Amino acid sequence: MKIHEYQAKQVLSAYGVPTLRNAVCTTPDEVAQAARELGGGTVVVKAQVHAGGRGKGGGVKLAHSPDQARAVAEQILGMTLVTHQTGPDGVLVRIVMVEEGCKIARELYAGIALDRASGLPVLMASAEGGVEIEQVAAENPEAIKKEAFEPDRGLLGFQARRLAFALGLSGKSVGKAARLFTALAKAYVEKDASLAEINPLVVTEDGELIALDAKIDFDDNGLFRNKDVAAMADDAEVDALEERAKALGLSYIALDGSVGCMVNGAGLAMATMDVIQHHGGMPANFLDVGGGATLEKVTEAFRIILEDVKVKAILVNIFGGIMRCDVIAEGVVAAARQLGLSVPLVVRLEGTNVERGRQILAESGIALTVASDMTDAARKVVAAAEGK
Amino acid sequence: MSILVNANSRILVQGLTGATGSFHAKECAAYHDTKIVAGVTPGKGGLVHEGVPVFDTVADAVRETGANVSLIFVPPPFAADAVMESADAGVPLAVCVTEGIPAIDEVRIKLALEGSATRMIGPNCPGIITPEECKVGIMPGYIHKKGRVGVVSRSGTLTYEAVWQLSERGIGQSTCLGIGGDPVIGTTFVDALALFLEDPGTDAVVMIGEIGGSAEEEAAAFYTASGSKKPIASFVAGATAPPGKRMGHAGAIISGGKGTAAEKKAALAAAGIGVAESPADMGVTMARMMVERDLAPASVLD
Repeated sequence: MKIHEYQAKQVLSAYGVPTLRNAVCTTPDEVAQAARELGGGTVVVKAQVHAGGRGKGGGVKLAHSPDQARAVAEQILGMTLVTHQTGPDGVLVRIVMVEEGCKIARELYAGIALDRASGLPVLMASAEGGVEIEQVAAENPEAIKKEAFEPDRGLLGFQARRLAFALGLSGKSVGKAARLFTALAKAYVEKDASLAEINPLVVTEDGELIALDAKIDFDDNGLFRNKDVAAMADDAEVDALEERAKALGLSYIALDGSVGCMVNGAGLAMATMDVIQHHGGMPANFLDVGGGATLEKVTEAFRIILEDVKVKAILVNIFGGIMRCDVIAEGVVAAARQLGLSVPLVVRLEGTNVERGRQILAESGIALTVASDMTDAARKVVAAAEGK
Repeated sequence: MSILVNANSRILVQGLTGATGSFHAKECAAYHDTKIVAGVTPGKGGLVHEGVPVFDTVADAVRETGANVSLIFVPPPFAADAVMESADAGVPLAVCVTEGIPAIDEVRIKLALEGSATRMIGPNCPGIITPEECKVGIMPGYIHKKGRVGVVSRSGTLTYEAVWQLSERGIGQSTCLGIGGDPVIGTTFVDALALFLEDPGTDAVVMIGEIGGSAEEEAAAFYTASGSKKPIASFVAGATAPPGKRMGHAGAIISGGKGTAAEKKAALAAAGIGVAESPADMGVTMARMMVERDLAPASVLD
């Protein structure tokens, strides 16, 4: 789960990570008022969307007075922000954060992610702040200093200091940085984050360390024990179909192609997308109905696929293990009757109760094409999507 | 021959009395020689559930029944504790089917198992099966056929697909296991390959990977270093997955341009591992390699 920058700063601030004073606004008047309350001097107005690259896209602007803050807010609020992470359609900016300025001496980077190779969370720090860490990793991997830590011991004091010294900090900044790194690690573990990033982490001319930007992604599997985090979800920022699917326990991701897919199991669902492309088509979605899908889930999965206007043909590929083929067949028939099939349907069933499943499909009277294996299914559905 | 489980395995089920545990324990027990000897549900010790004695603790179950494999269906909030309890009781193999365990808890499990005598398979996996002997998991038993090909996979239903393709061609399996789709898992491709390459009952291996992480690259490096002549056929799911989107499995995500199917396929091919370009060709890719090495009759290519 993703959250906004201002929310990430609230989370980190509660753990003792220093942030600048800020306010969250939805109208230019509120922005002007907030700029006045922050002292009337220089502020930065930042679009709050769940995507990186906001500055380059025109979603972050400086203002030197409350009036100027109002003017830039008028430009940013309501704009469609397009960045390398939003896709070509961009996202609508509904919220901005107004934040006081500070005098920056250096820009650093600090971030935590799970390192799969060691199976431990790793705090990465770099003296090259303000740049994407992937870019630093690709061009200058030596510049990234890493410390792995165990969740229940946290980042140890000497590890935090080692990072601070490696970044070239000195004097009182070392202790401040070490406390900040330790706090970041604690927040990462306690809130079940999957990524926690401060970029840039600035050193001010006074030697203070401040999180000038912050990003936290959360592990969906940890939300059950972090209700405060779950409450920060912004429904306007997520794909409506993806959200509805998630509520039903379906895993759905919208893609750009024309072949709608309904598959059980994530690996088989990915493989089905691959086989469609292998035969010249493009998948319209990834959809895993899961291991224990019910009639209702299958019907709803179908409904979600049919609501996608790009879909020109549908492939149902089920390997029934726990999920029985007759349940899938009944779901397909029920959905097709209820929703009315506007596009060709190809079904490939294998596994538990497959004979019964095929019989249900055959006796339903619904116009569908039965496929014998994955290759046959892909060829047939790609041809159907192309109108052949 | 086989790896990790066989007709002599004695299985205890953690979470036996829940709906999922109950259903699958029965399915396992009905499969050939599989022995479900105990269930563990805290507070229900002393009950007999569908003919299986239930204990309050894993230690009690092990002491009373000699169980040496635990099959875990405990819900995500309590699953890490369940695995650690098995390790504490000295159970050599813990198969954790549970999906949805927080990644930080998986890190905790990994740390707890370091230096212990327990190996975990999973979590978020279908389990392990030695065909026509012992089924410890949720896979459909009937698609499997006894034989000499090991199957190891990060995904569940795609494993069934691969097994089905092999069985349809008359190629049987020694043992098939799903290692799970999460970022931190107990048994890796490298661990499973090490066991299969050593197993005299396994002539060849099918390995099914997916996007995200570097487990496939590590397996390729391990195979090269092993010097083994046993052929391996592979498939990597997710060639068409967009970066930054989590494809169902928590571990299946391309991030920072790393973990793509193309990179993985290149590493596998460079190690001499056969790579199926289409998931429909997993079985035939293995069949061709086996026929070339006289490990299977030409009829498996039909």
